[in-house]
Amino acid sequence: MAARVLACASCHGPEGEGTSDVYFPRLAGKPAGYLYNQLVAFRDGRRKYPPMNYLLDFLPDAYLKQIAEHFASLRPPFPPPAVPTVSNETLARGEAIATQGDPQRGIPPCASCHGSSFGGMEPAIPGLLGLRASYISAQLGGWRYGTRTAIAPDCMQIVASLLTEDDVKAVAAFLSLRPAPADPSFARRGSLPMPLACGSEPN
Amino acid sequence: MPRTLQALLPVLAALLSIVVAPAMAQDAALLASGEYLARAGDCIACHTAREGKTFAGGLPMKTPFGTIYTSNITPDQQTGIGMWTSDQFYQLMHNGRFPDGGLVYPAMPFGSYTKVTRADSDAIYAYLRSIPPVRQLNRPHDLKFPFNNRSLIIGWRTLFFNAGEFKPDPAKSADWNRGAYLVEGLGHCGMCHTAINALGGSSESQAFEGGLIPMQNWYAPSLTSNKEAGLGEWSIEEITDYLRKGVSNRGAVYGPMAEVVYNSLQYLNDDDTRAMAIYLKGLTQGTSPEKPAAPLPSAESSLLLSLGKQIYDRECASCHGAVGLGMPPHYPPLAGNQSIQMVSAVNAIRMVLNGGYPPGTAGNPMPYGMPPFAHRLSDDEVAAVVTYIRTSWGNRGEAVSARQANELRAATLN
Repeated sequence: MAARVLACASCHGPEGEGTSDVYFPRLAGKPAGYLYNQLVAFRDGRRKYPPMNYLLDFLPDAYLKQIAEHFASLRPPFPPPAVPTVSNETLARGEAIATQGDPQRGIPPCASCHGSSFGGMEPAIPGLLGLRASYISAQLGGWRYGTRTAIAPDCMQIVASLLTEDDVKAVAAFLSLRPAPADPSFARRGSLPMPLACGSEPN
Repeated sequence: MPRTLQALLPVLAALLSIVVAPAMAQDAALLASGEYLARAGDCIACHTAREGKTFAGGLPMKTPFGTIYTSNITPDQQTGIGMWTSDQFYQLMHNGRFPDGGLVYPAMPFGSYTKVTRADSDAIYAYLRSIPPVRQLNRPHDLKFPFNNRSLIIGWRTLFFNAGEFKPDPAKSADWNRGAYLVEGLGHCGMCHTAINALGGSSESQAFEGGLIPMQNWYAPSLTSNKEAGLGEWSIEEITDYLRKGVSNRGAVYGPMAEVVYNSLQYLNDDDTRAMAIYLKGLTQGTSPEKPAAPLPSAESSLLLSLGKQIYDRECASCHGAVGLGMPPHYPPLAGNQSIQMVSAVNAIRMVLNGGYPPGTAGNPMPYGMPPFAHRLSDDEVAAVVTYIRTSWGNRGEAVSARQANELRAATLN
């Protein structure tokens, strides 16, 4: 399988561990359902990134599923956490949003769906570790501006639209500084509260 | 109910089933044939939008003259072709005219479909009548002045359109004629493999001589020249593998041709694929002409070549081999590969920049992908490695410049 997906390696690393380019995410160890949803979304043009749209254009569902399962099964080491480039105050703000949310503004904590250690949940909620701040803030920006969408109800689009630019910066910085998890597995299906309905992860 | 009638009922039912059963079987056979022919015509590729309902249209097609939105060909009575008769359907396929007599834009390949027989047109019609109707209004085209004036199509038709069903050549085999019918008719191969001129037409005298596909920036190679995609030197099996599986011992399909294999050619049966291969192989004119010798390297181009070799050995050789032999079918050979040596270097440069997957087909469900290098190699490096591949191991292509590589970075990807 690794030889078949060499096309992915030049941006995502041979084991999906990511590369030095901060905008290309780690794939390894994300739940297969999440990776499959993204592959289908890129193939069908719902998620827009021309190099990905082009590569996946003529690949059938069954093969995309195998590719997703391949990367979901890999466990390459995590990169060392980023070096902080933001103030402690910003980091504290990021931690608050990630772990407690902002109930007054209706913002749920990241942890409520992505897990208290941010490892994700089966089958389709991704872990948030091993990603760079630039990638995380680009995705949140994509949801805010409608360039990244998922099957309705698109919970992340709702969450991202409630965040200010400072919130995005803070939460991206906080997440990118998390150390590698001791146990790199995701939460069991249905074990997290999930305050919003999510088209990608039907309850 | 009188007794006699009651007694007759089972007899009547039996009689009815004798009459009805063959009619239904005939119907099923007609629909299956229509579905197969619709695959051969690749109707689905244009008449289905991304994430849209099958055959409901709405796909934007960018042309040099503006954007055309494809139409709904489901049997919905208001927004599709539910009210059309088989005569009207044939009129569109054969003459490029709507039921009201209006002219169809030639983005619809009626210049090819005109060769389709009435019986085949009727089968496709019957099939399209049998699919679920979808209520979806056609989106108006977004064409620039003066191309938004449909009467201009009259001029285009005078220059480029000849109506007429396919006429078999009695001097050729049944296979050849079947292949010609599919390639020239439903397959509409000439839409890309014949150069499109500034008027958006293609000249019959240049049929299958290749050309750059407008807006897509892929080069559709000549099918008549062995220096391009002429198949004169390929075996029938290599051609059928290429058409059906998308990979062969000679090379694999990428870009727009991957779409054709994915949506259409992989569904054709053995006999038809073989017939197309026989016809395509015969399209090449005589033996391969002597290839021009590569110009002697200047100081500049020898520098390019040594940089190219360095990059090749580092990035390409692990799959394509130290001397370009590849490991067919999954790692295509580069030495002797016609598509790499063509006068147009567009496809070779694009493969290095963007990589690509051949289509996933029944014959090759888990294709191997070529990685993109756009983000890892500079324009100079792309030019160097493509020049090296085009001129090494007996390949006789010409050098490419960093400028060519740079221009193709902006090419539309899909």
